[in-house]
Amino acid sequence: MKIDIKLNGQRKSFEVDPSEKVLDFLRRIGLKGVKKGCSTGDCGSCAIILDGKIVNSCMLFVGQIDGHTIETIEGLGTIEEPHPIQKAFVEEGAVQCGFCIPGMILAAKALLDKKPTPSITDIRTALSGNLCRCTGYVKIEKAVLKAAKMMRKK
Amino acid sequence: MKFKEVNKNVNKVDGLSLATGRAKFVDDVDFKDLLIIKFLKSPIAHGIIRSIDTSKAEKIKGVHLILHHNNCPYISHTTAGQGYPEPSPYDTYMFDKKVRYVGDYVALVAAETADIAEKALKKIKVEYEELPSILDPHYAMKKNAPIIHDERSSTGIYNKKKNIAGHVKVQVGNVERALKDSDVVSEFEVETHYSQHTPIEPHITITYLDEKGRLIIRTSTQVPYHVRRICAHVLDIPEKKIRVIKPRIGGAFGTKQEVYLEYYAGRVTLLTGLPAKIELTREEEFLSRTRHPMIVKIKLGASKKGILNVIDMDVISNTGAYGSHALTVMFNAGSKCLPLYKAENVRFVGTTVYTNLPVAGAYRGYGATQGYAALEQAMDVLAEKLNMDPVKLRLLNHIKKGETSPIFAALGEGKKGVPQYIKSIRLDDIIEWGSKKIQWEKRKPYTKKTGRYRKGKGMGIFMQGSGIPLVDMASASIKINDDGSFNLLVGATDLGTGSDTVLSQIAAEALKTTTDNIVIYSSDTDMTPFDVGAYASSTTYISGGAVKVTGEKVLTQIKKVAAEMLKCDIKDIECENRIAKNKKNNKKKTYGDIAKYGLYEKNQFQIGYIGSHISPVSPPPFMAVFAEIEVDIWTGKIKVLKYVCGVDCGTAIHPKLAEGQVEGAAVNGLSYALTEGYIFDKKGRMLNNNFQDYKIFNIEDIPKLEIKLFPSYEPSGPYGAKSVSEIGINGPVPVLSNALYNAVGVRPTRYPLSSEYVLKLLEEK
Ligand code: FES
Ligand code: FES
Repeated sequence: MKIDIKLNGQRKSFEVDPSEKVLDFLRRIGLKGVKKGCSTGDCGSCAIILDGKIVNSCMLFVGQIDGHTIETIEGLGTIEEPHPIQKAFVEEGAVQCGFCIPGMILAAKALLDKKPTPSITDIRTALSGNLCRCTGYVKIEKAVLKAAKMMRKK
Repeated sequence: MKFKEVNKNVNKVDGLSLATGRAKFVDDVDFKDLLIIKFLKSPIAHGIIRSIDTSKAEKIKGVHLILHHNNCPYISHTTAGQGYPEPSPYDTYMFDKKVRYVGDYVALVAAETADIAEKALKKIKVEYEELPSILDPHYAMKKNAPIIHDERSSTGIYNKKKNIAGHVKVQVGNVERALKDSDVVSEFEVETHYSQHTPIEPHITITYLDEKGRLIIRTSTQVPYHVRRICAHVLDIPEKKIRVIKPRIGGAFGTKQEVYLEYYAGRVTLLTGLPAKIELTREEEFLSRTRHPMIVKIKLGASKKGILNVIDMDVISNTGAYGSHALTVMFNAGSKCLPLYKAENVRFVGTTVYTNLPVAGAYRGYGATQGYAALEQAMDVLAEKLNMDPVKLRLLNHIKKGETSPIFAALGEGKKGVPQYIKSIRLDDIIEWGSKKIQWEKRKPYTKKTGRYRKGKGMGIFMQGSGIPLVDMASASIKINDDGSFNLLVGATDLGTGSDTVLSQIAAEALKTTTDNIVIYSSDTDMTPFDVGAYASSTTYISGGAVKVTGEKVLTQIKKVAAEMLKCDIKDIECENRIAKNKKNNKKKTYGDIAKYGLYEKNQFQIGYIGSHISPVSPPPFMAVFAEIEVDIWTGKIKVLKYVCGVDCGTAIHPKLAEGQVEGAAVNGLSYALTEGYIFDKKGRMLNNNFQDYKIFNIEDIPKLEIKLFPSYEPSGPYGAKSVSEIGINGPVPVLSNALYNAVGVRPTRYPLSSEYVLKLLEEK
């Protein structure tokens, strides 16, 4: 089937097998920032933003995203011009191996887009679906707070 | 000490490429005609394969190759990615006709897609003859127990008939007599549990042939050089035919110190000429490698005044079906714990047994975590008997600056160790700080507590090591570029720890340049010089040492060229901030000028050097941990109210990354203590091999953490650094256990400290 989606700000059409997982589809078209940590919806490393909400792409089929808006980490910033959340993560030392980080950053973005001044509880709730085994989450929490501040100033 | 580039929070060199999703992990490059490998796994814990029929599977379209014990060479090896010769038994084969745990590899299928491979697996017919199995380490050494490794070709096993993979007994002084002579003796025994590293990226490996027909292994490993050596052995091809590349990897914590997937993919690629990939599912990751569960028994004896006179430690370690790190993890339960306290009489008896359970291996903490689970509780038991504050007991007895322990020399890495004296230690400062933070002086005994929710405080002190002395070797290569920047090539392996950044900082410091003028490339056996890899808390200390000596040599070359250019004596040259100057007349040359002169103008040569480093000692980092918990005596639920942890890691080369190591290890340890653990059925099958049933902490689970570094200066380390990555995980089990006792008066001996278990303890009380 053919799907039309808005992917990282651009309208695109793809000829797809609707039963393919969105995770596999996105990686296949080159968006390798979407990571696979479990394939069972339990780790959040495959998280993407779908119509403004954070979802695990391993739990979605391509057929379900026709007509929808999708953001992946590739749509945020670049090394030259990082998004404030990306900048804050690096500055706070919140990035260790980085495997969970695209999902974490997207979960943070989905939160901050809606709530520019989040409480610690908001942050914890928003990121609770994203597992990280490296950082202990301490610096991730700080980075999200810092990013919120940076984004408010903008 | 004044530093310019180290002891500074520069941006992680790969930080932005990771945060923008651009960094390349193993799976992030595409290969044409990639074969997917899937394994057929043993459904039984112990048995013999009577027959295997792959004819139906072979006929499936898209299946390229099926391998099993009948068509693979039978080469004994260990999967422990350790230095050569490995102190682990050679008891593993690519495929064997015997299976030894549920999940043992029986066959592999390489096919065009994962679906085809899975389909083919279902068509393979295997007949097993089931054997009695050992699912309990206590049973392993019993007379009537089955023998797990009866094959003749396996070597290095301590006692095959008794299922003992490794054994050691050392004694200093006279333990029996000292126990009799002590005023107070305490005894304590715990049994630690199965747990897994759960890196968020499961094991993954891709192999392919380059245009010259060499085997390229792109893999998520901690030990690229050991991968090359072990694959050369198992595939029976010379090392020169293999190149191992470690790209970015998604966490490891010890489990990627195992070399046990690369050679399967390598064989498929060699036989088919096609690229091949093995990617473990989360389910399979749980059966990759685990932490050795241990039964640890400790006896302590002290004088009335609380002076420790004797420590007697007995360890039974369960290595599962194969003896990866069997001997050394068990050794470390002694060697990383016992020197912490001064006692004149010390005995360590360690036995590692085989069982028909998942294979254990290296895991952050490496035996010390299990040893401390017992030792730091035994200290509290002793303190209670002495009627002494646990903090005071530790202050009285812990090792001090300038002191040594006979255990350093007696116990090493599967053999004798090396003597060493403590040159840097801030333990007393940390204990003082931690006591204040947790308000230790307000702590009351459990007998004074009432009500449904009872609070309790516990503490413990810890050490680890920094690399394996006289064994671990690292090297680095540095060369200058036209613009005065430098290429730094290291075999050291960044697992996400930030070692690429830390090593770049050390290079910049040594070369009197800035970290952004260091271009690092790491972990590629064709390109980078040797390094044993990232384990034993060695990278900052050992690899950092190699980078420092190399940088210093290159700096001397820079000075020499500068002296030639400035027509002065090399002794008059001083370098700072990428400039060499003659201090007598202030004439200057930039590193760019010097590089160009050396490369193009006169007496040309490449300014550069390859330096190596080993260390005669392994200076321990130290840590003290305090925690306050609240126990709901109706449900048994433990809530950690506050977790306070101070670490002396010498100079922190990158303080934020160092803190990150401690935070990560602490949270990993908290989750190990409170929620993680394998559940097996009666047949040895793991029942909770997913993240819903095997619970690791998420961001909502973390308690209030106060983590602080206490810098000291370790003279043997690069710019005063010691290790930091492992020690943090040792804290939670004993400290929360001590806090539990202080809250409700029960002492746990099993883990995790689940509500059910705590409730059971309360009922039995
Ligand atoms: S890979 Fe999708 S949640 Fe883990
Ligand atoms: S940084 Fe490694 S899993 Fe989060």
